Amino acid sequence: MSKLKWQELTPGGVITEPGNSKSYRTGDWRSRRPIWNKDACSHCMLCPIHCPDSSIKVKDKKMTGIDYDHCKGCGICANICPKNAIEMHNESEYK
Amino acid sequence: MPTFAQKTQSKCTTKANINKGSAVSKTVAKTGTGAVAEAMRQINPDVVAAYPITPQTAIVEEFSSFAANGKVKTEMITVESEHSAMSACIGASAAGARVMTATSSAGLALMWEVLYVAAGCRLPIVMPMVNRALSAPLNIHCDHSDSMGARDAGWIQLYSENSQEAYDNVIQAVRIAEHSDVRLPVMVMLDGFITSHAIERFDMIDDKTTQAFVSEFKPFSPLLDTDKPSTHGPFDLFDYYFEHRRSQAEAMKKSKQVILDVAKEYEKLTGRKYDLYKSYQLEDAEVAVVVLSSTAGTAVSVVDKLRDEGIKAGLMVPRVIRPFPAEEYAKALTHVKAVSVMDRSDSFNAEGAPLYTELTAAMYQSGGRPVMSNYIFGLGGRDVHPSDIEKVYRDTLDNAHNGKVKKAVNYLGVRGDE
Ligand code: SF4
Ligand code: SF4
Repeated sequence: MSKLKWQELTPGGVITEPGNSKSYRTGDWRSRRPIWNKDACSHCMLCPIHCPDSSIKVKDKKMTGIDYDHCKGCGICANICPKNAIEMHNESEYK
Repeated sequence: MPTFAQKTQSKCTTKANINKGSAVSKTVAKTGTGAVAEAMRQINPDVVAAYPITPQTAIVEEFSSFAANGKVKTEMITVESEHSAMSACIGASAAGARVMTATSSAGLALMWEVLYVAAGCRLPIVMPMVNRALSAPLNIHCDHSDSMGARDAGWIQLYSENSQEAYDNVIQAVRIAEHSDVRLPVMVMLDGFITSHAIERFDMIDDKTTQAFVSEFKPFSPLLDTDKPSTHGPFDLFDYYFEHRRSQAEAMKKSKQVILDVAKEYEKLTGRKYDLYKSYQLEDAEVAVVVLSSTAGTAVSVVDKLRDEGIKAGLMVPRVIRPFPAEEYAKALTHVKAVSVMDRSDSFNAEGAPLYTELTAAMYQSGGRPVMSNYIFGLGGRDVHPSDIEKVYRDTLDNAHNGKVKKAVNYLGVRGDE
């Protein structure tokens, strides 16, 4: 979502579009990025239940990736992973 | 003998000031608070939430009786503090109501946090503000420390010399606040006791004309419009807060033209002319005094006396302090050799009080630079006599002759060496 200029805003920041928090990418706040090594992953499902931001993507009981639009980079997944399949990197490497 | 206020009213403005507007008008004798309460009755706001504080009390008292006697359809909310009064105003305004309150001094100070919320949410609340000193020491009399302290809260500030101006400013404030280019709250100042409690004559326009002038309030995306749900006052982070502040600054900037346009329209109804400031004998003046509110009346008599002696004395009385019309004010003073700014508040910054520092900054950007001095006066209701103002003019004359100020920041009418 490209950011609006000051001339384009509603007075006082009134939100006229209900539920628009969906379009707000809290992942913007992240300073460390979890990198998942698919080959090392045993799909134990520990990281999906520990992630505080529901940012581990799972399909058919298998981990499929990380939702970077909402992951805040806390590193809990990397810490909890018994297979060391997640590594934290500085966000600056990707900008 | 006419009062000083009447004299300035007729002399400070043009001939158009003689009432010849289209509205039906009657002359009444009332206190300043009574004049403001009448304006509020005629505006007939949807909600008034207020807490009594001297010397504003009589406004709310009189307005409550209008509400109790069915003269207005207003929902009166009696609250436990001024913080609550302003908070209730904010909620009601966001809900879509036309909202007013009134306060003074410590009441305004207690509203501090929520003053910014009202302005930041761009809610067009109108608040008569009766100027009174702040504690300590405890004092209930007039000075401008209260409203001057709030000058950066994002509210438009209009200052009134007398009951007539307070009445007229309150009515115009509604239109200024609610204008789609503005949507900002407005404070209308009048001097505590001097204006608020003295009975003066003033002209009131009829209720119907006032109602037609303020017309219907069209709120922006009101909370009570359940077909179009909206959120007011949301959390705003580093990625948008700055842009919202920038657009708020633009609204304040645009309000200057709206203030002038509303004044023109009001003049058609009442014949009374309003501008960003008033002046008296300023066009060819060599020395000038700048002062707000009721003291202007006293200053006019001093200008007359000095003019009789052949001294080219002039007077400037700002009406609008926020937005600060720096260009217009500098232009009005640029030809004057020496200017003294009289401030009825101190900012304790040791380099002068609010009006002085802002006018001096405005002059710095303009071509001509009069020598500028500051006189802090009248704190806590200390009387200011014609002889005090004459002393200011005589000092200013010396400054004009010497081409520099003897002393930049002065305390006028205080005992002991300054
Ligand atoms: S770093 Fe934190 S927020 Fe991001 S996926 Fe891992 S646990 Fe979730
Ligand atoms: S905790 Fe490690 S091994 Fe388990 S699902 Fe997550 S990434 Fe795979």
